[in-house]
Amino acid sequence: MEEKINVMIQNMVKEDNQNKPGLGNSGDTKGILEVQNLSAWYGKTLAIKNISMSIRSNAIMAIIGPSGCGKSTFIRCLNRMHEVSHGGRTEGCIMLDGKDIYARDADPVVIRRRIGMVFQKPAPFPTMSVFDNVAAGLKLTQFWSRRWELEEVVERSLRQAALWDEVKDKLNQSGASLSGGQQQRLCIARAIAVQPEIILLDEPCSALDPASTLKIEDLMRSLVTQYSIVIVTHNMQQAARVSDMAGFFLADQDRAGILIEYGKTSQLFTNPTDKRTEDYITGRFG
Amino acid sequence: MNNLNERGHARRKWINRIMLVLSGTAAAIAILILALILGYAMIRGISYLNLTLLTQAARPVGETGGGMRNEIFGTLILIALGSIIALPIGLLAGVYLAEYANPKVAATIRFTADILAGVPSIVVGVFVYAIMVIPMHSYSAISGGVALAIIMVPVVARTAEESLRLVPASMREAALALGITRWRAVIGVVIPGAMTGIITGIMLAVARIAGETAPLLFTALGSSFGLQGLMKPIGSLSLLIYHYALSPYKSQQQQAWAGAFLLIVLVLGISIVVRWVSNRKQF
Repeated sequence: MEEKINVMIQNMVKEDNQNKPGLGNSGDTKGILEVQNLSAWYGKTLAIKNISMSIRSNAIMAIIGPSGCGKSTFIRCLNRMHEVSHGGRTEGCIMLDGKDIYARDADPVVIRRRIGMVFQKPAPFPTMSVFDNVAAGLKLTQFWSRRWELEEVVERSLRQAALWDEVKDKLNQSGASLSGGQQQRLCIARAIAVQPEIILLDEPCSALDPASTLKIEDLMRSLVTQYSIVIVTHNMQQAARVSDMAGFFLADQDRAGILIEYGKTSQLFTNPTDKRTEDYITGRFG
Repeated sequence: MNNLNERGHARRKWINRIMLVLSGTAAAIAILILALILGYAMIRGISYLNLTLLTQAARPVGETGGGMRNEIFGTLILIALGSIIALPIGLLAGVYLAEYANPKVAATIRFTADILAGVPSIVVGVFVYAIMVIPMHSYSAISGGVALAIIMVPVVARTAEESLRLVPASMREAALALGITRWRAVIGVVIPGAMTGIITGIMLAVARIAGETAPLLFTALGSSFGLQGLMKPIGSLSLLIYHYALSPYKSQQQQAWAGAFLLIVLVLGISIVVRWVSNRKQF
């Protein structure tokens, strides 16, 4: 019985993956990203090649793979941060709610507002207090905001990031005075304060100790009810623990990243269809 | 063989000692010269310094009393004029170099700025004389300000650029990833992070122009009446030293020493503030 349900779910996921934009618009499409034939370059170096995948809403999608396989480049393409890097260039399209975020009239500032991002190294603004760090996204995108509105947003965001109880008495201290794990949660609070639809996490725990890592993983599980999450991680246990969907990246013979396999996490980790995926998750390389 | 080796070793040891003594002497001479200049000017200056010097305007030769109040004030006015003109240009140029310019353009501008910083200040004075004083048919405070500004701009721009570059790229990315526009990120995140460096650069530029004389000779000219309008000549401490030091009158020579002392105190004071500001670290 249970197996049957699993198979059904897998089939549903497969169908979901095969949906082309404009066809699979059943129900709520909010937070759905459709990546189509995405390639990205740094100058003349091809970093990822021809990647297509669809990212579901209200799910955690993990991207795994060995170092240098283009995981970070891929996730940076999803909110147009790749083009900020020197020589960053992309081809292909990414549909957000059926609209290409790389279209000519698409404003990267608006897209980044809808698709937030947290980086590998905790990067609170050191010149700002904890409060101002969380409020930064609002303060620096509007010309002015009422203090009580900011207070409301800051408290809500910090609570969502499971940080409120630890910092509520030191909101005026510098953001850099917090511990590494707290700083990373501060960055998550800062990202959700502007109310994005999708949150991208680029190896958010690689600079943190196991206890802080666990906290962030719990946090992701609680956030996924409201947001879609894409996480890059080189920690396979982490991917297996937190994610609903998983994509496995690998560098091909030209050292450009390609998507090897993409599917439900339970399936990818227990019954991978590709030999290379199996080799990687069983620890034969990488 | 062993003998030869030891001889060679002894020779190397002696060369080492000689080089140590030579370089040590050179360093000592450099410090000694600075100490002599500062010490002599301060001892001579302090002995002629008194309250009337600071509070009174200059009087004609022969009359007792008289001071350099107007020249002190004039120096401050000229610094202010130079800063008002140079700071916006220098800071914006620094922001452009660090945040917006593509590498090729930036390299060109940087090279130009470095050359401008190396232009002898008297050339700047002659240049401003040609483009402002001659057309306006008058020496003026404003042309003095412009001459000082030209000296300030490259210093401010380059130090601002350097300190903006020290702000980690992760700060800019974090700001952009929040959906903040480029210029708001620069103003709200990058510039505050570079503030100590930027202030240090501004103070250094002010210290640099505070003692400038050559560019003022052709522009502000000098005057003992203080500020009579931006279109009229104005005096400064450095010009006072220049004129009085060459004067045949003992009282004026003494005032030149006192003026030199004041100028040294001003520049030294700025340098100390710079050290204090730049020692507070940011990242």
